[in-house]
Amino acid sequence: MKSRDLANTLAIFKREFLSYFNSPVLYVIVVIYLLAAMGFAFFFGRFLDSDNASLTQSFFFWHPWIYIVLAPAVGMRLWSEEHRLGTIELLMTMPLSPWQAIIGKFVAAALVWAIGLALTFSIVITVNWLGDPDPGPMVTGYIASYLYALGCLAVTSAASAYTRSQVVCFIVSVALCILLTLIGYPGIVDTVVRTVPSSLESVVRFISYLSFMDHFYEMSKGILVIRDVLYFVSVIIVGLVITHMGLRSKRA
Amino acid sequence: MIQVQNLRKVFGSKVAVDDVSFTVEKGQVLGFLGPNGAGKSTSMRMVTGYFRPTSGSISVGGINMLEEPELAKRSIGYLPENAPLYSDMTVASFLGFCAEMRGLNGAAKSKAIDRVLDLCFLHKVRNQSVDTLSKGYRHRTCFAQSIIHDPDVLILDEPTDGLDPNQKHEVRGLIKRMGETKAIIFSTHILEEVEAACTRAIIIDRGKVVADGTPDQLKKLVPGCNTLDETFRSITRSDLEK
Repeated sequence: MKSRDLANTLAIFKREFLSYFNSPVLYVIVVIYLLAAMGFAFFFGRFLDSDNASLTQSFFFWHPWIYIVLAPAVGMRLWSEEHRLGTIELLMTMPLSPWQAIIGKFVAAALVWAIGLALTFSIVITVNWLGDPDPGPMVTGYIASYLYALGCLAVTSAASAYTRSQVVCFIVSVALCILLTLIGYPGIVDTVVRTVPSSLESVVRFISYLSFMDHFYEMSKGILVIRDVLYFVSVIIVGLVITHMGLRSKRA
Repeated sequence: MIQVQNLRKVFGSKVAVDDVSFTVEKGQVLGFLGPNGAGKSTSMRMVTGYFRPTSGSISVGGINMLEEPELAKRSIGYLPENAPLYSDMTVASFLGFCAEMRGLNGAAKSKAIDRVLDLCFLHKVRNQSVDTLSKGYRHRTCFAQSIIHDPDVLILDEPTDGLDPNQKHEVRGLIKRMGETKAIIFSTHILEEVEAACTRAIIIDRGKVVADGTPDQLKKLVPGCNTLDETFRSITRSDLEK
């Protein structure tokens, strides 16, 4: 990567990141995220009643469901807004490769989530104050949670490259994220496995292996397997490649 | 500076641009004329590297646009139709972003911003949000963006669209002044603009070049016609005709 490429990516990143702070959307989403993450942990996760100094079941367990809705809300403007305003035409006639723009924008959205996730620090303090938790699962839980958010963001980035409407992008991305979550949801997979002929079981298992959930669970329990990290990295790469294809097709 | 040969663009079954060729040298201002939907914007989008042509070749400053787009785009400044802007930025921060994308940083960047604010009379609104600008200011902000890196080639898609008569006069003057040292293409439907600012003009109709020459030559192109307006109407077909 030449320094010029890096400078372009940084300029895109900076603009995108600052524009999040210029719009109320970011603040609304972060506040809702924090309310949801804490609310689920304390009310549904029974964080205090469980008498268990761990965040796995009470806190991280709920994150996928929050990301399904909130990650598309953060990412939906990435490319839809460029299409709607027509600024895509400015961007693509400037001396930069589409990849620099795609990566710069994605990293900006990713950093927004890093901020959101970092603001949940209070629950880490709480659990350390109340008990004596094992730090390992907490670290892998945070990594898993962040990777899940990035996976949803990559899906959203891909969807936003194809439409100028943020609403369409949001709905399509939420649907795709739900699909990618549910096909690996243990309860659902077990039911499907019980109903289909046993010869098809490997197919079902394979499909569920493609799900975000399958890879999230292991990690959130404290087992950091390089395979699961690579899975999310590949989801991000595929999402960005589809974004690239979308931008190309829009420019016909 | 700009060499375009046998440019052709097909969208589905519709031929938008059909076998268009032209060259523009430094010091020339080429006017692009034609009815709505004639293929003016599509041609310009191909020259700026936004659309990929179905066939044909484009070279800007001796660099092939199709083979080395990033290099070729460096010497181009482009004002798209409708002057798109990032609505959540201020005029100065938008121009700063564009300057950075053009490789200008630090002192060079602030110098470039000040220069275009001067040229486009934008000092009054420099810290105003783009959202709140009137159409004339929006247009001039986008125009400022296109000249921020002092490009050798300037491509302007309807640069005077939506401006009031005073602003039109200013922009025409600006184009004419810059045309002395740059290669400029601009599109318009306003025929008097061609006479005021262009050294040469081509008329495009339904994707094809139907006339090419200096404004004076074009006026006399069709026997019996004495003004550009008459020539334009006799050689292009209105979309009202079946």
